[in-house]
Amino acid sequence: MSQPLLVDEDNAEPTEPVEPVEQAYGVGASVLSIGAALVIPVILVVFYFSFGFLKDEDGNKALQVVIAIVVGTLGVLGLYWATDQLINRLPRPVANAVRPFLFVGPALALLGFYLVYPAVNTLILSFKDRRSEDFIGFDNFERLFTESQYQIGIRNSLLWVLIVPAAALAIGLGFATLVDKLGKRTESITKSIIFMPMAISFVGAAVVFTFVYSFRPAGFGDQIGLLNAIKVGLGSDPVDWLAQEPWNNLYLMVILIWLQTGFSMVILSSAIKGVPIELLEAARIDGASEWKVFTKITIPTIKSTIVVVWTTVIITVWKVFDIVWVTTGGRGNTQVVAQQMVQEFFTNRDNGVGAALAVLMFIAVVPILLINVRRFKAEEAMR
Amino acid sequence: MTATIDSIPTTDGTGTPTLAPAKHRRKSRFPIVLTVSVIAAIWTIPTLGLLINSFREPGDIRAAGWWTVFASPFDTAQWTLDNYTRVLDDGFSNAFLNTLAVSIPATIIPITIAAFAAYAFAWMDFPGRNILFIAVVGLMVVPLQMALIPILRVYTDYDLNGTYPAVWLAHAGFGLPLAVYLLRNYMGSLPSSMIESARIDGADHFAIFTKLVVPLSVPVLASFAIFQFLWTWNDYLVALVFLGIEPKNRVLTVELADLAGRGEGALNLLPAAAFVTMILPLVVFFSLQRYFVRGLTAGSVKG
Repeated sequence: MSQPLLVDEDNAEPTEPVEPVEQAYGVGASVLSIGAALVIPVILVVFYFSFGFLKDEDGNKALQVVIAIVVGTLGVLGLYWATDQLINRLPRPVANAVRPFLFVGPALALLGFYLVYPAVNTLILSFKDRRSEDFIGFDNFERLFTESQYQIGIRNSLLWVLIVPAAALAIGLGFATLVDKLGKRTESITKSIIFMPMAISFVGAAVVFTFVYSFRPAGFGDQIGLLNAIKVGLGSDPVDWLAQEPWNNLYLMVILIWLQTGFSMVILSSAIKGVPIELLEAARIDGASEWKVFTKITIPTIKSTIVVVWTTVIITVWKVFDIVWVTTGGRGNTQVVAQQMVQEFFTNRDNGVGAALAVLMFIAVVPILLINVRRFKAEEAMR
Repeated sequence: MTATIDSIPTTDGTGTPTLAPAKHRRKSRFPIVLTVSVIAAIWTIPTLGLLINSFREPGDIRAAGWWTVFASPFDTAQWTLDNYTRVLDDGFSNAFLNTLAVSIPATIIPITIAAFAAYAFAWMDFPGRNILFIAVVGLMVVPLQMALIPILRVYTDYDLNGTYPAVWLAHAGFGLPLAVYLLRNYMGSLPSSMIESARIDGADHFAIFTKLVVPLSVPVLASFAIFQFLWTWNDYLVALVFLGIEPKNRVLTVELADLAGRGEGALNLLPAAAFVTMILPLVVFFSLQRYFVRGLTAGSVKG
């Protein structure tokens, strides 16, 4: 599946055999392109050696970082430039046919190797045993739908996908609508507060909530988790939130809602500001309440944005494994498909079930993939 | 930038939206302020608590909740920077460097590659252009998990696992669909008359790309750069699988997750460690928020 790479190389290489018809190019140009021809191997050699250096674990880390950055950026740019110079030596029509593939080739090669090839390969592995040696038919998939640990994982993932995007959207939309009515300064400050978690990693967010959910059995010292402190303060017993089935799932979802609300809020906010003011004013003059204006005008107007945000958050939620991985590790029936996938393949070394879980994850997003493609085509038609 | 919604024909919906509804504000202002404040407070408290804990004496962190500091906030004996120095000595400064080494090239490489591809998709003619671009749109939703096993197998076969370039290229591959999509939409919206007149003046594609299109695309390049930087900085899965958990190779998220896994024993280090992982993304985020938001809305709102 690294085909695109090969295609591109084939297209770029035949520079030497097809001797150029030098019409518009003077001596300077040929010097340049000979230089370019030299640049490519030089860059590749630099890549090779810096690669070796970067693999050296005892090397000076700061130096490695600097070299990595220089080679990674200038090297990549230089390759494009040098190859372009080579293409310039080709006869015009050939050059024009080849050049687009220089521009898209590397991207297609990367996409082919990192997404298309693995997708096909994972599909194949999902029909093989845990060591990826023999084909075992649908056994892996059968396990997913018959063994309770996976069934619960699938159930949990579905709950995450139903609840988290809906909550993030509802809170985000409500907040965006409300702050829109406040002063500009208040609006931008409060929006930053809600948006801030977007900069935090899922792992970091899980740690942030440590001191929210932390639990100590009664009699083992003061509660240092906020929720239990409140509970004890109100006179009830502390609760081990993340061990309480099935509600622990919900408590974990809260972490992701906390992270994702900012995203939906920001995008919906800019959509709300795009709702024509005359429309809102007209409704208000007709005596519509703010709630009516919101439900009958704002929401229908920004419907397409809501759909986009919703699907985007669904995809994010579906793929999140870090939160469960770091907090409960799936204990207390909190496992989700994305986390089980990593666990099977990384911890249990069961490539078969791991791949089957990945395939399941992919199949589930195919409808959204199709929606995206259709939406894109519709947009293109309107251009 | 392109936040207007096209379903309602209007000349300019964005021009004066915040000024006009002023007369409707007054009567319903208090409940709104209250609701907004409550939500903002709920959103702040977990992080605030963590921040406070990160500066407290280890014993205090274990003994009493962070909110107890408000009883005597000026009692300086409870405040300390020890947690930070200990965390930094304990692998986090190395992890910080590792994370930089991963995320800067993992941001720049896909942007460079995506910009060339986006230009080709927008302004060059070649067979299969549309179908290839639709494939890119489709690839945007493919879960990362789909790629892990096969890529790890290839990396293991060629002894690439645990190296920076292995992680950069993986991040580049995973980030490309969104990058190509965003950049192509932006570059495609540049006026074609401009590109054509440059061609008539004798500029070739490479010159048009580097001298005209890239400079004009700086806003969208910047917003994707921020996006990808935050993504790679905060990534846990890719680093865990392709760089691994060896102490030398750990990035910040891997180090933090490891610390979190140590349970009560590391409880006093956890807050400071978390802030070490967050500090750079927060700075980037708040200083460049405008670009970031613009990128998000450009990507998700029809425009």
